[in-house]
Amino acid sequence: MSGVASAPPARGQAFSFGGVRALLRDSPVIPLIGLLVLLVVLFEVLRPGFVSVNWAGGMVRAAIPLAVLAACQTITMLTGGIDLSVAAIASMTGFLVATLIGSVGLPAAIVIALLCAALAGLVNGIGVGVFRVHPLIMTLGMSLIVFGLANVWQVQRVQTGAGVPVEFRTLGAGTFLGVFPNSLALFVPLAAVVLIGLHRTGYGRLLYAIGDNPVAARLSGVRSWQVLIVLYVISAVLAGLAGFLYTGLNNTASVALVETQLLPSVAAAVVGGTSILGGRGGYGGTIVGALILTVAGALLNALGFKEADRLILFGAIIVVFTAAYARITSDN
Amino acid sequence: MNPTIDDAPAQRGQVLGAWVRNNAWALGLIGFLAVLLAFTRTIQPTYGVSGVQGLAISALPLALAAVAQAVVVISGGIDLSIGSMMALTSVVAASLMEGQSEEVAVVIVLGVLVLGLVLGAVNGTVIVLTKVPDIVVTLAMLFVWAGTALLVSRAPGGESAQWLRDLVLGSVGNEWIPKAAVVLFAVVAIVWIPLRRSRLGLSLYAVGSNPLAAFRSGVSVGRTKIAAYMLTGLFSAMAGLSLTASTGLATPLPGPYTLLSVAAVVLGGVSLAGGRGGVLGPILAVVILSLIRTDMTFMRWDPNYATVAQGAILVGVVMVGTLFQRRRMRA
Repeated sequence: MSGVASAPPARGQAFSFGGVRALLRDSPVIPLIGLLVLLVVLFEVLRPGFVSVNWAGGMVRAAIPLAVLAACQTITMLTGGIDLSVAAIASMTGFLVATLIGSVGLPAAIVIALLCAALAGLVNGIGVGVFRVHPLIMTLGMSLIVFGLANVWQVQRVQTGAGVPVEFRTLGAGTFLGVFPNSLALFVPLAAVVLIGLHRTGYGRLLYAIGDNPVAARLSGVRSWQVLIVLYVISAVLAGLAGFLYTGLNNTASVALVETQLLPSVAAAVVGGTSILGGRGGYGGTIVGALILTVAGALLNALGFKEADRLILFGAIIVVFTAAYARITSDN
Repeated sequence: MNPTIDDAPAQRGQVLGAWVRNNAWALGLIGFLAVLLAFTRTIQPTYGVSGVQGLAISALPLALAAVAQAVVVISGGIDLSIGSMMALTSVVAASLMEGQSEEVAVVIVLGVLVLGLVLGAVNGTVIVLTKVPDIVVTLAMLFVWAGTALLVSRAPGGESAQWLRDLVLGSVGNEWIPKAAVVLFAVVAIVWIPLRRSRLGLSLYAVGSNPLAAFRSGVSVGRTKIAAYMLTGLFSAMAGLSLTASTGLATPLPGPYTLLSVAAVVLGGVSLAGGRGGVLGPILAVVILSLIRTDMTFMRWDPNYATVAQGAILVGVVMVGTLFQRRRMRA
């Protein structure tokens, strides 16, 4: 949650309606944290005794892989795109490492898996940046290709079997000092890089510029195709890292492991205030969004709701939040 | 000789030329399909009546899904929830028809078609009211309808009425004419052709090619969009029913139909920018895609390569299509 601290403080007129609008528009992180606290309180009221330090640790541990996956959506959505191949890529990297580790060792397996992810991202980037294919179609097509190839690989590797490396289990599911998830060790530096990259570097500004007004960006000399190719490679590599975390967290590797997390990853970015239309948002909100979705999912689970209800709810959340943010920010 | 009669062949030639030019894409697809069929015959000499039957039945749900996608894409939108709507309507039909008489099944089928219209109306209304992009709303609705399908299918099983199965299985008249193909063309002839010639059909194309111009010419853009999504819902419901009919059972999981319908629409010569194309091209594209899958099985390829090929075809076709579109805009 390192992104939270960087949010600017609320202005004085935050109590008037216009102030609330400005607050939601400029720093959605603060009201989002309020929503998160509200959810936790609701959890404690409806199911007393659940909420504890260990419970919070478990929630953070479950939210971290989702937050990494949602980082892919955040950075691509800033340019007006989306990356729907992240779930297939994440499943693929986890599965590749688990099947390769026996023959080439862990470091080489990780490198090969991330190279495969980067290759998929490169093709995405070329399709979106050079051929101007709509990102949604491009990445959906790529998810089919990756999923199909992973299945082919699975058929060929069926004799050797798959083993999740112990290091992944420690990283994804282990804790230190009793409650802190080990995955924080990967996530905190990663989140810092994404946050600083978006807000303090020229490349980050280019992403916002392309998403806000592609024509203006082009006229100011931005070579958007280069920016987009790099962007989709970064997104795919992030998805690959998320795949390692999911593999460790679930202690299984399969070609469809992360598939169910695709919609939540989009939802986390949308709830976090990143506009799917581009040019607006940031990673801090996404991290809180991932936490909100994880707690909300756990709450629904505790109340006995089924997978079907969760699907419906997440779908509704995406529409409602996108429409609400669009309304809030429509005055400029 | 009367001079007008002298001119007639030349005029006819011009009309023919224009017709060929307007349908060049569909004619090209027919040519490609012929080549593909010949190729299939070479690698599998026994491919014949039963092959064509199987092809028609397996292609029917996707063909209807492609028609559904084509309608909404022509009007300038896109519907990513088609696969889920198919799953939902299919599950509803199968679970309601279980243990019912053939007569009651007729009412159920009509009810499911109305359900399709309602689902589409919900999609369209949400898009028009919230002004959230089509692609986002239908992506979200994809999950909403899939969740609803899971809710409906709590009790496993379900079945299809016998007459519904008879409607798509087997052949009619000549053994080379599968019923599934007849049903498909009947549906298109009954729903699409009159529609295209109507005021609404013209509005669909107008809104798709330029919403502002359509608005200024007095077309109600919002209502036309909702109508387009309702038609998409209707065709999706037909696709869902054909799934129930051809398999006799229903799964609540959306198949690969949404993506493939997008691929078929683009491959069928419908512009993703809207306002251009028809439904014949997408139907031909579906037959081609299904035949490619069959050929891969004949060549003993891992069926998983078919998924890869579908993704690659989708991406490749959209890439080339977008490239052509930009050329045309620059010209």
